Amino acid sequence: MAKPKPDTWDNQFAPWDNPNEKPLIRFKDVTKRFGDFVAIDSLSQDIYEKEFFALLGPSGCGKTTMMRMLAGFENVSSGSIELAGQDIANVPPNKRAVNMMFQSYALFPHLSVYENIAFGLRRDKFPKDKLDARVAEMLKLTRLEKFGRRKPHQISGGQRQRVALARSLAKGPKLLLLDEPLGALDKKLRQETQFELMDIQETTGTTFVIVTHDQEEAMTVASRVAVMDEGRIIQVATPGGIYEAPNSVYVADFIGDVNIIKGTAKPAGPDQYFVDWGVNQAPILATSDRPFTDGQECHLAIRPEKISITKAKPDEAENAVQGKVLDIAYLGNLSTYHVELPGGQIIKAQTANTRRLSRRDITWEDPVWIRWNATAGVLLER
Amino acid sequence: MRRFALIALPYTWLLALFLVPFLIVFKISLSDIALAIPPYTPTIKDGFSALIRGLDFENFIFLTTDDLYYKAYISSLQIALISTSLTLLVGYPMAYGMARAPAEWRATLMMLVILPFWTSFLIRVYAWIGILSNEGFLNQFLLWTGLISTPLTILNTNTAVYIGIVYTYLPFMILPIYAALDRLDDSLIEAAEDLGCSRLSAFWLVTVPLSKNGIIAGCFLVFIPALGEFVIPSLLGGSGTLMIGKVLFEEFFNNRDWPVASAVAVILLLILIVPIVLFQRNQQKQAEADT
Ligand SMILES: Nc1ncnc2c1ncn2[C@@H]1O[C@H](COP(=O)(O)OP(=O)(O)OP(=O)(O)O)[C@@H](O)[C@H]1O
Ligand SMILES: [Mg+2]
Repeated sequence: MAKPKPDTWDNQFAPWDNPNEKPLIRFKDVTKRFGDFVAIDSLSQDIYEKEFFALLGPSGCGKTTMMRMLAGFENVSSGSIELAGQDIANVPPNKRAVNMMFQSYALFPHLSVYENIAFGLRRDKFPKDKLDARVAEMLKLTRLEKFGRRKPHQISGGQRQRVALARSLAKGPKLLLLDEPLGALDKKLRQETQFELMDIQETTGTTFVIVTHDQEEAMTVASRVAVMDEGRIIQVATPGGIYEAPNSVYVADFIGDVNIIKGTAKPAGPDQYFVDWGVNQAPILATSDRPFTDGQECHLAIRPEKISITKAKPDEAENAVQGKVLDIAYLGNLSTYHVELPGGQIIKAQTANTRRLSRRDITWEDPVWIRWNATAGVLLER
Repeated sequence: MRRFALIALPYTWLLALFLVPFLIVFKISLSDIALAIPPYTPTIKDGFSALIRGLDFENFIFLTTDDLYYKAYISSLQIALISTSLTLLVGYPMAYGMARAPAEWRATLMMLVILPFWTSFLIRVYAWIGILSNEGFLNQFLLWTGLISTPLTILNTNTAVYIGIVYTYLPFMILPIYAALDRLDDSLIEAAEDLGCSRLSAFWLVTVPLSKNGIIAGCFLVFIPALGEFVIPSLLGGSGTLMIGKVLFEEFFNNRDWPVASAVAVILLLILIVPIVLFQRNQQKQAEADT
């Protein structure tokens, strides 16, 4: 995970916490049906000006559908969408200050890259003398200077994606909808483009709604991340919030790697609970803001990097369990140890590889101890 | 060897079915009329050197002396051009409607477009006589509705010829345009609207340019046969309808002047070569764009 944007980290930029702030986009109990199929299920969500709002979710959960409703290509079946305080139900797509980058790119095959980018500007009667400069700027931004005269079928997939991005950026809309804008780019170019998008966002103040399958990308660019499933938003929070404080096993599991330990809760002091999770195992101590009743079923979600692994028994650990190394996944900078506990559960523990591989002291089949603090995990109902 | 066979096949085809007949017609056009069977001289029976010596361009020169021929070519071009435009005007909206129709309807609509081919072309043109004549269905219907008080004279005018050509060649216009529109991705129209186009300007700026190849193909497929059309003008047209196909028929069957008829045909072919070559180019360009 990249370091979150400073403004989201120290909470300077958090219009969603300010009750006086007017949202730019307001989904009010929006439902979208295709025949009998419910693609968006009574969804309500506010998105604020200058946000970088990321939609994350499995394929078919309704991300593109949300975008298409904002752009004006789908009508809502019930509910309403407001843009800057106005219901946009009857505003045609060409009258909305919204531009969309299509998942399929939708480049005009009969026009050159240059003309594709200039298309929207020409429709707006953009002054001729400035048009050239504007298109050149967009070409430069997306590193397509050399390809201006080519037709879309004469460039690579990644280049096409950048043309689509440049075309949607060219008009400098108030709201920009990006449907998987960087999926076809290699990692390096993707990261550079991410930072450029953030730059654009900071200089122009455009509001971005971005769909991505890449959670690292969502974490990098977003002011808030919405995790969706089957037409519903399950959780909306800052990248840090989503990662550190997921509200459900679904979200915890969707973002990053996580260990889920199922058990029953037993109050153990203010905001503290014991989790009974298996025969012959000492209960786990965990803190939680959420209240649990005695005997309530619960799930403890702990990130692998919050669990440390040692050969010797740790003294005074809040939680420590013995197990056996089943597998080691070497990721270069990190290693993930799969530790099998006596009850058969497998817990992942991650450590930074500060030593050379050959000098690693834990190997397969080694008996090891894993430990974590009471505050390391999140206790969830479901 | 296999490659050779692969190339040889279409070339043999072309040679046998196009070049050889053309050379025969061309040879006849250089001959003189004669009261014989076949009705021209010289023939191959006269020996090769006599054959070569007997050929001249007399018939072509004759075509320039009578302005009937020149007028017939011009009028044919005019009728072919106008009816091609009319066919485009009628065919494009139909193709567009078909491409936009729900997927489960398209096969049926396609069927309806092709269906007329299942009955004889001649019968269908005859049927138009029944519709367009003074006592025909159209006039009776219009009289009955009270829109007109005296029958309209449509049959045996150029209007009837236009109607006949548009009706007959409409499928040739619709099919290539439909093929082009069918491939057009809806998201392109959405993208155009997203970037500020109205429905109408998205149509002109995206739909039309992207169906251009279909339009061109359709126009050629109508224009080329319409130019030499014989049946439609002779059945539906009047004495004033001058078309080269009719002239050709009269020279051949009424005057039995095979050499002049052949000269008329050769010139018609020369006129058609220009659009045919352009058409081939268009097809080739399209094929290249598709790969
Ligand atoms: N025009 C349509 N007719 C019927 N069903 C549709 C239509 N458009 C979308 N759907 C359905 O709605 C659901 C949501 O589709 P959507 O395109 O929003 O998914 P997505 O979240 O963008 O997925 P992906 O990540 O694969 O792009 C899918 O199950 C899809 O099959
Ligand atoms: Mg999608």
